[in-house]
Amino acid sequence: MLLIRCPWCGEREETEFHYGGQAHVAYPPDPEAMTDAEWAEYLFFRDNPKGVFAERWVHSAGCRRWFNTLRDTVTSEFVEEAR
Amino acid sequence: MTVESLRRSPLADHPLVSGSGVRLVEIPFLTAVNVQGAPGFPTPPASGVAAWGERSVLWLGPEEWLVVGPDGDTFDLPGGVDVSANRTTIELSGPNARDVLEKGCTLDLHPRAFGAGRCAQTTLARSQVLLWQTSNAPVYRLMVRGSFAHYLADWLTDAAQEYL
Repeated sequence: MLLIRCPWCGEREETEFHYGGQAHVAYPPDPEAMTDAEWAEYLFFRDNPKGVFAERWVHSAGCRRWFNTLRDTVTSEFVEEAR
Repeated sequence: MTVESLRRSPLADHPLVSGSGVRLVEIPFLTAVNVQGAPGFPTPPASGVAAWGERSVLWLGPEEWLVVGPDGDTFDLPGGVDVSANRTTIELSGPNARDVLEKGCTLDLHPRAFGAGRCAQTTLARSQVLLWQTSNAPVYRLMVRGSFAHYLADWLTDAAQEYL
């Protein structure tokens, strides 16, 4: 069982959460001007680091709020709690 | 308006067990209003419950509360949505009530971490509940969706067998 610290509710079991992928992926400022390849890059391509990774989680069985956090993908340790 | 004669609670015909260690009772038709934004009532701290007259204000999330009143209570709040029909309430009490909950809930319910005047949205036996401790006796209220009420009542009945 992995405990995840929700910034609002505190430590809860992993099954109360859903994963939201990489954090801080900004919407393109001018999507009309992008090529198909650039659009595909924005939609489908994400970092896959071995180590600390900024990602989004939602506490779906609790307060239902989204938050950003840093997780080490090697150890699954949550390095930092963040909003 | 609800036609009183047609109104049925989710556990109206469902047996709930009671014994020396654990008592299970349904409290049907509590009025519940979900409020977001800036409220005009006393607000509890995170994961807490505040009293507002005979009503209780339960913390659901940042700037989100559930105001729970008795059956038939009516109040109009800005930013409030009446969600009374969403959930029914099962009251779990008795000296072994915490032992029953701990079979299916991952929260730390020991008095050092949880007590009267605390509430939490969490999962109990894989179903989502709003867990609310009203007394250190202990007395817990489990607010559960109507469609999950039979399942949760059956699970609680099974979990309570050894304490009856």
